[in-house]
Amino acid sequence: MVTEKVISVTDLTKRFGSFTAVDHISFDVAKGEIFGFLGANGAGKTTAMRMLCGLSIPTAGDGTVAGFDIISQAESIKRNIGYMSQKFSLYSSLTVEENINLFSTIYGMTSLQIMDASERLFNELGMDAMRRSYVKDIPVGWQQKLAFAVATIHRPKVVFLDEPTGGVDPVTRRKFWELIYKASSEGMTVFVTTHYLDEAEYCNRISIMVDGKISALDSPSALKEKYHVETIDEVFRIVAKNAKRGD
Amino acid sequence: MTLAIDISGITKRYGSITALDDVSFSVEKGELFGLIGPDGAGKSSLYRILATLMSPDGGTATLRGLDVVKDYARVRTLIGYMPERFSLYQDLTVAENLRFFASLFGVSIKENYDIIAPVFAQLEHFPNRKAGALSGGMKQKLALSCALIHRPDILLLDEPTTGVDAVSRSEFWDMLSQLREKGITILVSTSYMDEATRCEKIALINKGKIFGVNTPSGLVAGLDENLYNASSSHMFELLNQLRSLPEVEQCYTFGATLHVVGNKDFNPMHVVEKLRLEGLTDVRIYPAKGDIEDLFIKLTQ
Repeated sequence: MVTEKVISVTDLTKRFGSFTAVDHISFDVAKGEIFGFLGANGAGKTTAMRMLCGLSIPTAGDGTVAGFDIISQAESIKRNIGYMSQKFSLYSSLTVEENINLFSTIYGMTSLQIMDASERLFNELGMDAMRRSYVKDIPVGWQQKLAFAVATIHRPKVVFLDEPTGGVDPVTRRKFWELIYKASSEGMTVFVTTHYLDEAEYCNRISIMVDGKISALDSPSALKEKYHVETIDEVFRIVAKNAKRGD
Repeated sequence: MTLAIDISGITKRYGSITALDDVSFSVEKGELFGLIGPDGAGKSSLYRILATLMSPDGGTATLRGLDVVKDYARVRTLIGYMPERFSLYQDLTVAENLRFFASLFGVSIKENYDIIAPVFAQLEHFPNRKAGALSGGMKQKLALSCALIHRPDILLLDEPTTGVDAVSRSEFWDMLSQLREKGITILVSTSYMDEATRCEKIALINKGKIFGVNTPSGLVAGLDENLYNASSSHMFELLNQLRSLPEVEQCYTFGATLHVVGNKDFNPMHVVEKLRLEGLTDVRIYPAKGDIEDLFIKLTQ
């Protein structure tokens, strides 16, 4: 059986003038895989992720995301992926319901689809009582649940999570990873960046970017074995130690 | 025992929200003390009170015996405060910022250079760069240099490592250990639980309340009892199955494995067998070592 590739890029490169932010990176991510995208500050993670999300056209290289070409079909990629970041995901001065309506409309869903999706979402999340609450008034754990639900309301093949759990408490952080496990068990691909290296251990595979290149890519256990260490934190420090670029 | 910081019953309210609720703990002279808790726990409110920028609604706090309200002016000369947000002058150069802070406290850079040397070393090469044009890690080092230049007794560092990558974070903690060896008392806050082990002593804070003060190893002692790792190729299914078992008190994700807190009836072999009958054939269960996160979950859930 051939595993379906949801992300596949070859020699992806981005230059800004004489500066090569992303330097010939190549990798595949399979359907249902949880892929951790790590790197030191300034390594080029954000630039790479922007290209994968259809927000920036590569200088060289090619690839596909969710079945669309990252150069010629960047617009389609935007509609067919999910995206969530710690910094911005929801409008805090809109209600829960208004956020759902806004994002599902942006994703091009019909009113019937939106109705179905909202009902499903309220039931699954147990958030019915909060429908008309402003997002800023609900606890941070619920905000995160909702942000993830909204980012995946159109059932994308892949969801990009950019530092999703920074600064949240350990209990809330775990509830969030349960959502990720659930999505992955249902076949959704999850692409996640994080500064918490213990979180990298949740991923099926991780890559570590250093100075625009991918310096390590494997399962967490294989990487720990390769570098003869106990934690991903130690792997990261060995791999990223000689980085020349800062943020 | 000389106390560098003594906090007793500090309470702070913003309208109907209680940001700090009867907070008490003390830090000994020369200690590297960590205040560990998530965003919104009340860490920055406590720092603002200790730095004499805000008065508490109740309770008292003293630094080297000086009260943060009554003796605020003298407290300010004792402390070096580095707020969470970068708060140097972005339009001034590296050298200008340092000179500005030195002159505020009436000290010369030359006589105190030894104290900032380990932190400032990397910045020496570009004294004329504007602070705003520095990288995140460099900004952090400059801010620490400016907080240190008047040779404070006590350093108050509010989330200095937030948003910084693991390599820089580790370097920063190495610098703090060096400063501690020079006799400076350091109170440092963080939301990264793994940084707790870099402190001599820690206080755990959540929703405005302190719920544990001890050495990192003292706090996690006893957690290993009845704590197990569980893994399978179907983690989500495993999580749900384990939670439905009566001998499982708690089960939560923990990186590559799940952590399972069993009650007295928990027997790993029996559980593996039960799960096999439910169709999970590749389950492994083995003892786990508890850390600060396990403790946090145990005490807050």
